[in-house]
Amino acid sequence: MEYALCLVLIAIGLYGVVVKKNVVKIVISLAIIEYGINVLLVLIGYRSGGCAPILEQGMTAATLAVTGVDPLPQALVLTAIMINLGMLFLMVAICIRLYERYGTFDITEMRRLKG
Amino acid sequence: MENALIFFVAIPLGAAFFIPLVSLTLKWVPDLLANAVMAVLAAMAFLTIGQAGVYHLGGWGTHLGIDLRLDGLTTLMLVTINTIGLAMAIFSVQYMAKYTSKLRYYSLFLCLIAGLNGIVLTGDLFNLYIFMEIVAISSYALVAFGCEHDELEAAFKYAVLGTVASAFILIGIALLYAILGTLNMAEMAVKLAAGGMNTPITVALGLFLCGFGLKAALIPFHAWLPDAHPAAPAPVSALLSGVVIKTAGIYVLSRLIFNVFTVQLVPDLLSILRLFGVVSMIVGGILAIGQWDMKRLLAYSSISQIGYIVVGLGLGTPLGLTGALFHMLNHSVFKSLLFLNAGAVEYATGSRDLRHLGGLSRKMPFTANMALLGSMAISGIPPLNGFWSKLIIVLACIESGHPWLALAAVVMSLVTLVAVLKMLKHAFYDESKPVTVHATEVPLLMRTAMLLLAALCFVLTLLVLTGFRTPCLIAPAVDALSAWAGPTAGCGMGI
Repeated sequence: MEYALCLVLIAIGLYGVVVKKNVVKIVISLAIIEYGINVLLVLIGYRSGGCAPILEQGMTAATLAVTGVDPLPQALVLTAIMINLGMLFLMVAICIRLYERYGTFDITEMRRLKG
Repeated sequence: MENALIFFVAIPLGAAFFIPLVSLTLKWVPDLLANAVMAVLAAMAFLTIGQAGVYHLGGWGTHLGIDLRLDGLTTLMLVTINTIGLAMAIFSVQYMAKYTSKLRYYSLFLCLIAGLNGIVLTGDLFNLYIFMEIVAISSYALVAFGCEHDELEAAFKYAVLGTVASAFILIGIALLYAILGTLNMAEMAVKLAAGGMNTPITVALGLFLCGFGLKAALIPFHAWLPDAHPAAPAPVSALLSGVVIKTAGIYVLSRLIFNVFTVQLVPDLLSILRLFGVVSMIVGGILAIGQWDMKRLLAYSSISQIGYIVVGLGLGTPLGLTGALFHMLNHSVFKSLLFLNAGAVEYATGSRDLRHLGGLSRKMPFTANMALLGSMAISGIPPLNGFWSKLIIVLACIESGHPWLALAAVVMSLVTLVAVLKMLKHAFYDESKPVTVHATEVPLLMRTAMLLLAALCFVLTLLVLTGFRTPCLIAPAVDALSAWAGPTAGCGMGI
């Protein structure tokens, strides 16, 4: 069920990228795709009722391995968030420059490149 | 040698960080530092020839940490990336003087090189994704570097499609991790061979094909390339067309298909590749003829040449792989040369529209001769390098029983000739059109870079003399694809 919701989130993002005409909305849709994937990654590492993957005092590594959630996807998500942040900054900067040049955010009016 | 592998990533990244720090006051630093870094990297890349090994980052074991892995294919890619990168750095010294900010340019350029080296070295799938994003983000910024209408529009298109492709790839990686419980490619291969295919893995493979297909600009996914490659400054277009689409697209695809998923596991994969390849080859070549923008014509021809490489890979035979990898090396040399020629023409005349150019061979004899040489190489005229790699691909098609593919490859070679002849005629040899008066030959360093690449067109021909079926530098790469040669291949412990 949760996995399906992730896919719905990703699908909403893809829909936005394909259908929306406003460059800012396209950037937001891309961000939604990335959020969907991040949630998917965290879900993959989750086990129901699992504890945080931190080795507390008086806890052996074996108990942690049985009760804790998988920490690797969480590390991956952190890295992916960094990358998305850089991506988002760059895209927004390009949007601002596009607005300066064309005076509009509408992608249908930016049609210099064809063929 | 293994311990030096990390420097392929660390040196350019460090220099990319260092350049903006010091060059606000010292204007000569970016040129010198970037060229020195590229020269060192190119020398190091040549030193890796014949070596193999695995470097465990931070001393962690294979199933805990990240591995850097050196084998024949990695060596081939490292040599290609860093040699072409050196030529581009030499060319940039004088070419980039017309843009405002050299230090930002070199910073992004070195980030791009670091990412490319990282992609070919890493043995970890998520790490590969990170390096791919480094390449992607720096190339979006480099495409937008001119900050004019076309550049921004192309960069936006490229960034949107590239991000969607990266998203697909990340979903694929997440699925593989969920099923296999490891991110190391060698361990994945072992577990896949033991466990066989199932639905999520097939979905992941499909996502990878779409994602990396888009990065490689195969035909249904090519829409961004003819906009993005011409919009970038000439050395960057050369690097994008010559190296980036091959490293981020073809290299990763072949690594995944031949080493991780293995052909035995998914027999239909090769025919899918052949289909992608032949469609790209034909459609890209035909669209190239219709173009009037010099760089756009070359960009479409890149799609066509990528098609050749994918057809060769799709044959799956040793000869097919030899042809594909040899053509990958050759194409990166002569396509970079042609993009530099286009850049030189733009530098001298301020235009790259073939309808407005003409008779430049009088004004710029050196550039004209270089363009002639590059055109002969790309359309497969003996004895230049392009002839040999195309010949090997055609022979491999016949050998493995695909005469129609061989016919398509030969015919498309002629179509490529038509496209580049159109470029040559309208830009350099058409005396009837009004000659651009102010054009003069380009400066020395730009000519040096072109001469370096043109010399490589001849030098690479010598590779076939070492063995037609097993040219040196190529044969170890083919071996690496045919069998996973890593020392940890037997280590299937996992988590």
